Formats: sequence, C-alpha cells, structure tokens
Amino acid sequence: MEYSSAELMIVNAARLLKDGDVVFVGVGQPNLACNLAKRTHAPNLVMIYEAGVIGAEPQRLPLSIGDPTLVSGALSVVSMYDIFANYLQRGNVDVGFLGGAQIDRFGNINATLVGTDYVHPKVRLPGSGGAQEIAAWANRCYIMTPHQKRRFPEKCDFRTSAGYLDGAGGREKASLRGKGPIGVVTDIGFMEPDENGELMLTALHPGKTAEMAKENTGWPLKVAAELRSTEPVTEHELKILREELDPTGIYLKSAG
Amino acid sequence: MTKLMLLKDAVAQFVKDGDCVYAAGFTHLIPFAAGHEIIRQGRKNLTLARATPDLIYDQLVAAGCASKVIFSYMGNPGVGSLRIVRSAIEKGQMEWEEYSHFGMITRLQAGASGLPFLPMNQTAATDLEAANPLIKRVTDPYSGREVITVPALNPDVAIVHVQRADKEGNAHLWGIVGEQKEVAFAAKKVILTAEEIVDESVIRSDPNRTMIPGFIVSAVCHVPHAAHPSYAQGYYDRDNEFYLAWDKISSEPALTKQYLDEWVYGVADREEYWQKLGKQEQLKVPEMLSAPVNYGKY
Repeated sequence: MEYSSAELMIVNAARLLKDGDVVFVGVGQPNLACNLAKRTHAPNLVMIYEAGVIGAEPQRLPLSIGDPTLVSGALSVVSMYDIFANYLQRGNVDVGFLGGAQIDRFGNINATLVGTDYVHPKVRLPGSGGAQEIAAWANRCYIMTPHQKRRFPEKCDFRTSAGYLDGAGGREKASLRGKGPIGVVTDIGFMEPDENGELMLTALHPGKTAEMAKENTGWPLKVAAELRSTEPVTEHELKILREELDPTGIYLKSAG
Repeated sequence: MTKLMLLKDAVAQFVKDGDCVYAAGFTHLIPFAAGHEIIRQGRKNLTLARATPDLIYDQLVAAGCASKVIFSYMGNPGVGSLRIVRSAIEKGQMEWEEYSHFGMITRLQAGASGLPFLPMNQTAATDLEAANPLIKRVTDPYSGREVITVPALNPDVAIVHVQRADKEGNAHLWGIVGEQKEVAFAAKKVILTAEEIVDESVIRSDPNRTMIPGFIVSAVCHVPHAAHPSYAQGYYDRDNEFYLAWDKISSEPALTKQYLDEWVYGVADREEYWQKLGKQEQLKVPEMLSAPVNYGKY
C-alpha cells in the first residue's frame, strides 16, 4: 500500500492515544492524528485547542488553531488564561503533541530561533506559543517530526520547551508535573527516552532500518536491544484520513 | 451615556504616537479595520502587544507604525511565518519582548486584576527566562519552592472587536474569546468595534454573555466586517485565501506596498473595503443557534 511519510507518522501518532484521553491538540498533523484516533479506537477522546476550545468536534479540517469549526458543537469555550491555568497548569490534560525546528538528544525542543545569539538570530522562528507549558505540565507528551539530521541535533540552539533537560532527574528537580516527551514519532520509527532521558530508537516502521535512523540523527543514536516493528498502516486508517479528514491533502501530502 | 463614534475619530482621539497598543484576539475577531485606520492616520513608534501577532501587525510594521513588538507566538496562523515582523527582528530593526503564551496572558491577567505581577509554575525551559530580564523568580512563601513571575501588562489602548454592543459599550462576545476580556480590563483605554450595535435590552437579555462592561470602554464604533480576513463567529468565515496570499504579498516589499496602497490607503473606511472585496457570499456561514436559556422573571 502506498502512503506518504506524513500519513505514516499521523497513523502511528493516533495509535498512541487512549480512549478517554484529554489531549491538547495542535493544528495540522497532530489535529489529523487526534481526529483519526477519535474515529477509530478512541471515540471518547476529548480534544482541547489552545485557543480555549474544549471537546471540539470539527466538521471540517481546521485551517488554524482558532478555526470557527472548532467552536460550533464544542463542549466548552474558555479564555486563554483559563485554558492554561485551570486545564493545563492544574493538571487536567493527559496528552500534549509537540513539534519544533529542533529536538535534541534529551527531547528538549527549540521553536524559538536558529543561531546561538538570541539578540541576533540567524533565523527567527514563531516562538513558544503554548509549547513551553504543554511540555512541562501535560501528563505525557509526544513529538511528531520527520527523521532528519537537522531536526535532531545533539543540542538545541535554544531550549523553548523542556524534555529531559540535561538527563535523568532534571524534570523532578524543577518540580515539573508531567512525564515529558515519552515518545517521538518519526517517518522511520519511534524514539523513547532511556533511563537517563536520552532518546533511543525503540521501534521501526515496516521497511525501515536502524541504519536509516542513525544516519538521520545528530548524536550517536542508541538502539534498543529489542527493537519493535510498528503495525502496518491499514486501508481503513488511510480511508478516514484521505476521504473524511483531509480530502484535499493539505497536511497529508506535506513532508511535515 | 453614548460612546458611539466613528472609528477614525476614536483612533484620532485615543491612539497616540508611542502608545502600547494591544489589538486583541486569538485568530478570531482580529480588529483589522482599526489597524488599517491606525495606518491611515500614520501613527509612529507604537509598541504592538499581542500573544499572537498576525497579519495586521505585519501590516502595521510594514507601514512604519511600530518600533517594538511584545508577543508569545508570531505567525501567519495556519500558513507559516509572519514575514515582515520576523524580518524586522532578524535585521535588528525592531525591538521585541517575548514570553510563552501563558506568560503573556498572565501578564494581562495581572494587569486586569490591578496586581503588580502574578506567579506561574516553573517550566524548566529557562532559556527564555535568561533572554528576558522581566521574567523573574520568587520563592513561594508557603512551600519554599521557586515560582516564575511576570509583570502586569497595562497597555495604553486595547482594541477589541465584538459581535454586538450597545451604544455605551456593554459587549457580547462568543466563540473563541482568547484574551479580550483580560486586555479590556488591563488597558487604560478601550476602543470597541462591533458587528452590530444593539439596544441595551438585547444585552440585558443575556447578561452572562457580557464580557466587557460599558463603563471601562472609551469608544464604541459600528464597523461590520471589521475582522476580515479573520472571522466573527456566526457572522462570516475566515478568508483563508487571503492568509495564503499574504505569504506571497509579505515576501516582497513592492507587493506589500501595493497592497497597502490599494486596500488601506486607497479606501476611506471598512465599508468601502468590504464593497471592493466582494466576498459577501463566499464568506457567509449557515446558521446554527444555541438552545435558549431561561433566566426567569423575578
């Protein structure tokens, strides 16, 4: 079966969600993953959008994080202060999806700038938005990003969101309530933190190899002793994605 | 007391050179019409604050109205980079001050509450703290743990677009209400633009929906379609074509200038802009009414 690397990542990300999870959804590919999960194994998923929408049931593909389709038919709409304070900081969010220009060895994320000088950025990126708090306070986080060396440097140019900081124990020292980025979904496979918080390769998608993952990672990537294989993408999943969720392929065709 | 006035008079009277202006909204009810009026009146050295600066801030910067931006995420929502603000920052032509979303909104909440600052839990992502000296830490006197603090933000002017208001400025908003209430209470002056001006009895029929009371409002302006190309829930849809087009327009200064000449300087007001645009039918949304609530007659 033919599918794009975006479809592969979205399907695998969707499978990480449990029925009943309260998930902080980002627009684009995470949105497709959550909506796919809701239409397959997780009908009771509660989707929260950082614009303040709780329990959204979008009837069309949302084109921004504040699309009006998120509001019509939602459970509740609250202010940004409430969503970050009562929902996220208070501990009412199970899952956060994150992305970024750079993800480093310990799962820290950079969405702020490329370059080493904050005041004179080589490339200025959009900035944290809600990512700093989501990474800290959601019970568990997942990162979705194509597996490319430039996206996985040894160390981020700027630490926008905390992963496992400089290694095991860092999150506990800062009293962060969430578990951090417990899984990274790429188009090659999965990475998960080892006991020191270092991301290691733990699963491969069908047809992919550990060598491919190592070549596309900016640090010497450890490989789990028991490397799992992900289940193949099914026709049912692709049908929902292509026919119902993103019929014009806005996010499915892109590389991420 | 009526606060109804023309938008051009409200901007002339309440927005001064050098002001900190917060044109509110999280992709919804973005006050584009007021932004265009500020450009037409040629304000200078504004500090533009908003959690999510978008196209209107790109346009204000392109028109030379601003010298500083305060933000937590700058992007063309759903499309990508906010090219003009980004480029001004990269070239060192513009000052900026940066927070996370929660940091930015907490600043407004402090400002709205009359507090000097508010605390937030730590996030352990300390690079922004290191880059922005206004983000500080204090020790929680109860637990002894450190918490992050951000200072109150009290903009000189808040600009808020609403679905309906009465002539005194009591305003109903629904749909995504990002930070409109907080900024209205935090700001020193509030300019409202409204899709509809309604009788006070309409406001009083649904008091839970009143997010902004008239007595903190300086001016109320009747400006239908003021949020285009963003949207007003239930009134018209987001014009996604324009967000995509802006990516190209904002990538070349000549195209940006042409846009401003035609759509900002070249029209007298929002009414002329809307007629020229001709998207009335395209952006129409079918009705979906809420169930009525019974307040009871006591």
